[in-house]
Amino acid sequence: MAVTTLRLNGAMISAREGQTILEAAREAGTRIPTLCHLDGVSPVGACRLCLVEVNGRLMPSCVTKAAEEMDVRTDTEQLREYRKMIVELLFAERNHVCSVCVADGHCELQNLAEELGVDHIRFDYLAPECGVDLSHDRYGQDDNRCILCTRCVRVCDEVEGAHTWDVAGRGARSRVITDLDRPWGESSTCTSCGKCVMACPTGALFHRGASVAENVHDRAMLRFLITAREEKRWTV
Amino acid sequence: MDRLRLATVWLGGCSGCHMSFLDTDEFLLEQADVAEVVYSPLVDAKEYPEGVDVVLVEGAVCNVEHLAMIQRVRERTRLVVAFGDCAVTGNVTALRNPLGGALPVLERAYLRASDPPGAIPEASDTVPELLDRVVPVHAIVPVDAFLPGCPPSGPTIRAALERMIAGEPVDLPGHRIHFGGYGQPPSPDGAEAMPSRAFRGGRPRGD
Repeated sequence: MAVTTLRLNGAMISAREGQTILEAAREAGTRIPTLCHLDGVSPVGACRLCLVEVNGRLMPSCVTKAAEEMDVRTDTEQLREYRKMIVELLFAERNHVCSVCVADGHCELQNLAEELGVDHIRFDYLAPECGVDLSHDRYGQDDNRCILCTRCVRVCDEVEGAHTWDVAGRGARSRVITDLDRPWGESSTCTSCGKCVMACPTGALFHRGASVAENVHDRAMLRFLITAREEKRWTV
Repeated sequence: MDRLRLATVWLGGCSGCHMSFLDTDEFLLEQADVAEVVYSPLVDAKEYPEGVDVVLVEGAVCNVEHLAMIQRVRERTRLVVAFGDCAVTGNVTALRNPLGGALPVLERAYLRASDPPGAIPEASDTVPELLDRVVPVHAIVPVDAFLPGCPPSGPTIRAALERMIAGEPVDLPGHRIHFGGYGQPPSPDGAEAMPSRAFRGGRPRGD
């Protein structure tokens, strides 16, 4: 297998053919913050948190293949500032109220804010009116907390194979929807498998009955399912 | 050395941050040696004084009284600290913002959600007029330091106050920053720290 050699924060590392900068960096023990990325489903480069500097240009590391003679920087002053700004804009775009959120204490957006040193939001909050869909008997969906990472869309399509979720609308009016914007509980494609809830990084998808700070996205279960599938453990 | 002139102010919040301030326990006594509380809901001072060194401002700005107060506070204070999630983000106090302006909020509270329907308070009543939009403190006046948390934990408040008393910059190290739940340190592996209550019944069906 062809091996590529590139420079990561000054040190030489190697990457296997086809590996992204994010994968190569992880193998080399360098953490790059991510949000829309989810192991086991295809990357989309939507959130831009994994931006890195490649030969002076900014590129999303989750969708950029490692290549020979790349000089990659993952933690410059500019990148830190942009990542902070991205998280602040996500907070400003919807109604993220950590103190009363089902995902308080188990939220990747909340954790990233802390990690990146976001101690306040410099932008005006949009405070949009958002819906909450409680029509499904096991799960709920809250647009107030959605960051449009599309993990739910991808995990439902690529792992469960149902493609119940998709995105409707444009720009700040985008919303994740079930089927053709029918209430989730009336969806004819949803198998109620819960993988979307496991994948959601925030409190946008949750177990019904979970109160403040009670919802935990069971990422270990999701990882188990994806690994078993990739390794064809269940193939007869 | 003169004692630090410390104040605390309570705008649109639940007073939980002030409760957490009291939760610094014996540090309150140590602090009394080096800082004098010159204005606070916890002491008997009617007027916000001149020449305050540090103020902890709890709560968001949501009515005309808060607006006047925060401007006076800024003029008379060297370091303004946004104290807790309502002051920093708007938090629960700002939950009304998606409803639109002040009138739809009052209609919702006094007419539609009230049984039997009441009457919207008049401008001549003693309650201060609501602003159309609840905003965090830094949307109105410059803020020198932010202490997020709902409320910030006692140890977080103590760490910040110790630095201010020592005259050090108050930018908190990352591990002290936490929006939401009381004093929770961020879980090391984020979303996977413990099984959810809703999930404890067993494995999900339908896979």
